[in-house]
Amino acid sequence: MQLTYEPVIGLEIHAELRTNSKMFCSCSADYSNAPEPNTFICPVCTGLPGAMPVLNKKAIEQATLVGLALNCSINEFNTFARKNYFYPDLPKGYQISQYELPIASKGYLDILDDTENPLRVVVRRVHIEEDTAKLSHEKNYALVDFNRAGVPLLEIVSEPDMRSVEAALSYATKIRAILRYLGVNSGDMEKGILRFEANVSVRPSGSSELRTRTEIKNLNSFRALTRASAYEIERQIKVYEKGGEVMQETLGWDEARGVTISQRGKEDSHDYRYFPEPDLPPLQLERAWIDSIKSGLPELPDAKTRRFMEQYELKRQEAMLLTSEKSLADYFEDVVSKSKSPAKTIHSWIAGEFMRYMNDSGLALEDIVLPAEKFAQLIDMVTDKTISGNSGKIVLNEMLNAKRGGDPQEIVKAKNLAQVSDTGFIQEAIENILSDNPKEVEQYLAGKETIVQWLMGQVARATKGKADPNVAKELLAKALEERRN
Amino acid sequence: MQLPNLTIREASDLLATKKISSVELTHATLQRAHEIDPKIKSYVTITDDLAIEQAKKADERIAKGENVTPLTGIPFAAKDCISTRNIRTTCSSKILEDYVPQYNATVINKLADAGAVLMGKTNMDEFGMGSSCENSAFFNTHNPWDLERVPGGSSGGSAAAMSASLCSFSLGEDTGGSVRMPAGFCNVTGIKPTYGRVSRYGLISLVSSFDCIGPMSRDVYDCATVLETIAGHDPQDSTTFNSPVPRYTQHVTKSVKGMTIGIPKEYFVSGMEAGVESSIQEAIRTYEKLGMKIQEVSLPNTKYALPVYYLLLFAEASSNLARFDGTRFGLSVSENAKDVIDIYLQTRHKGFGDEVKRRIMLGAYALSAGYYDAYYLKAQKVRTLLRRDFETALASCDILLAPTCPTTAFKLGEKTSDPLEMYLSDIYVVATNPAGVPALALPAGFSNNMPVGMQLIGKHLDEQTLFQVGHAYQQETDWHKQLPNI
Repeated sequence: MQLTYEPVIGLEIHAELRTNSKMFCSCSADYSNAPEPNTFICPVCTGLPGAMPVLNKKAIEQATLVGLALNCSINEFNTFARKNYFYPDLPKGYQISQYELPIASKGYLDILDDTENPLRVVVRRVHIEEDTAKLSHEKNYALVDFNRAGVPLLEIVSEPDMRSVEAALSYATKIRAILRYLGVNSGDMEKGILRFEANVSVRPSGSSELRTRTEIKNLNSFRALTRASAYEIERQIKVYEKGGEVMQETLGWDEARGVTISQRGKEDSHDYRYFPEPDLPPLQLERAWIDSIKSGLPELPDAKTRRFMEQYELKRQEAMLLTSEKSLADYFEDVVSKSKSPAKTIHSWIAGEFMRYMNDSGLALEDIVLPAEKFAQLIDMVTDKTISGNSGKIVLNEMLNAKRGGDPQEIVKAKNLAQVSDTGFIQEAIENILSDNPKEVEQYLAGKETIVQWLMGQVARATKGKADPNVAKELLAKALEERRN
Repeated sequence: MQLPNLTIREASDLLATKKISSVELTHATLQRAHEIDPKIKSYVTITDDLAIEQAKKADERIAKGENVTPLTGIPFAAKDCISTRNIRTTCSSKILEDYVPQYNATVINKLADAGAVLMGKTNMDEFGMGSSCENSAFFNTHNPWDLERVPGGSSGGSAAAMSASLCSFSLGEDTGGSVRMPAGFCNVTGIKPTYGRVSRYGLISLVSSFDCIGPMSRDVYDCATVLETIAGHDPQDSTTFNSPVPRYTQHVTKSVKGMTIGIPKEYFVSGMEAGVESSIQEAIRTYEKLGMKIQEVSLPNTKYALPVYYLLLFAEASSNLARFDGTRFGLSVSENAKDVIDIYLQTRHKGFGDEVKRRIMLGAYALSAGYYDAYYLKAQKVRTLLRRDFETALASCDILLAPTCPTTAFKLGEKTSDPLEMYLSDIYVVATNPAGVPALALPAGFSNNMPVGMQLIGKHLDEQTLFQVGHAYQQETDWHKQLPNI
């Protein structure tokens, strides 16, 4: 009998925090906007002899916020530790991190797994550390840019609770959304502001053992995360099927070739010689301070989804789409508040034509200028039948392309799109169509009633979409019946 | 009048009354340094032009009567592990032989603000690892009282320069006796303040949790003057105390009558040089005459102090010294290097001396997975016991009194072949650093014509009492006024 395998996946997520200054010095943390390499640096973040770290309060605040959002308990007594290893991107020869007492631990995140069933992923710990410098490798040498060195970095470590690539993706996507909701990380994976490491193992389905895992480092996109995990799962299954053993090792992901590559085996694994950072006294967080941070937590995606389902009578999938980004959810609510149309209609417009435009143009919501008020006006014009739905789409695209919004009423006027329920005008169009298409009329009279849809399309075309569909439908039915006998 | 022999207070009075100028004082001191130091070799770098420039500015300040402090116009030397902007700072190591910091240590800024005049940087055991200054990668420093002997370490250059009047005060750094032990060997006064009392920002770390910058001077009053200038909270050093700095000098003359001195019995055991012991007993009698009560106390964990101190030192130092990797500053050796690991290996092989390598290896070992609990963690636990020893002993008395070293200065080369023997010379001074308490070293007589050092150990942040008790002793004795014949 063929053995089936189940993947076991845990994720480590590295997220840079969005603070003004670096973790341990007052240099700007906005390294991606640095004018040149090695301009946002000082003795502290370049590890000059004698320089000492000073904690960034804002980073502690943001880390606490993330811990709370992931249902963790926040540790009031925090210590920092040195993680010792040599690498040219690590100026001090050690990274200041947290080891025994991370800022947050024992949390969880509820996601939907590959079968759309709820899955609770345990968040083992969230700790603060500093980012490294950036290396660029040239032919015979490498260059180091310390602008990134010392930028606050959060490491979010899950238990190996995911049993499919889809679940891992779902977890990663949700963490990203939460970080963006909290305003502590832009979620930009291309720039490495958010990056993943996947711990992967496989085991016979039904087994509860934890087999040897491999660790895939530096996954810089959701695509890389899913492809690398899927590849690694298949690779391990093949190893077991050939009767082999999976080796514990650290892997890299070759995006171009679509394969994982061994970087170092267990015997070469670093001994980081962790010990308490003597330059930073332990950090004691007051209960009241933690509570004040907690009270500042915004409504998070899950809560917002539930509320949207109740308040706006949306289906789960509809609500989830809108709440996937806080800015989108806010925009939706803004349009709803300014419109007389039902929320469900607003959802259809945003999920439909609006998001299609976003996808086609590749623009982010932030880049689109369409005042909620104008969008609401347009939707209301369709709802009250001033224009047809098709005309509405035309107007919307006009408004979006106008960059500065544009006024829906003016566009309707300019394009002569106003809908008419003048029966004479519609009647005339119908009569013309029926006499031009005797074959279709005959088919109708022979009992093929579905031909009505085609005839309605002809009416819409002839009236340039301005005919009120209900009126047209009624008049068409009447005209057809008149042709019986 | 020999200008370089003046105390800070004497010089400051003469400057204030314009009997001398800072340029005269600085010039005379520089001249003496150029004359005498070739024999002593206390300085690694002398900054003549800069010193004269600073002295001129100090004279302007005094002339205008603006911001004049007791240190305005006073020339000083700093141990070469304290960063000085645009002045090379070597830690007496080849790996930093040409390293020129871009910034000043906080203490250097504070002294500059006070108008003190930096004369140069002094020799030390490489990165502070040693007790005789013989681990300097550059040259040995000689004891001004006997050129055949060591000045002590690791702040041997600062002690010798002070002793030979090659500066009006100096800055040392005490990780486990590195101010007090050489102060004792060279007949100068020096303090290891409470850990966290003086900013370490810009001090090239040996052991981050032990290191304390402390002044060395002719007498207790001067020492108090410098400490009250350099002490205090520094936003750039998170381990500094936020509590205000007392005006130590205003209280040094207070009577010590009725106060209690504790004598730790564990420090008075066999192995102490007879002349050292008799000098210390004599000092105790002096205090009795001043109306102080003497009582025996116990520091029961003393026997663990040395292993705990060295173990924690190795561990922290192995990490603190990781940044010397040849990629950003200092020595970089990359001949035929295949990869970056090669650069690290070659640079560190050539750049570090044997003692430094020995300690890095021991420290990396002690922190390794599987050994951490048995070594580092255990040592930290015993460290807590050492701290409690001092708390308990000091609960029943105001200060403790002990020698700074079981012997007087030993001969150059005498202990270099046996690291353990060298480590043992720190036996009386190391325990205070893991405990964090302050200790003042001061001259207490002579044994075979070599100075004997005594230390007073105080409660946390109670430098005040140390200065008071130390000053009282110097009012009754003139050991501190004895100058080497050089």
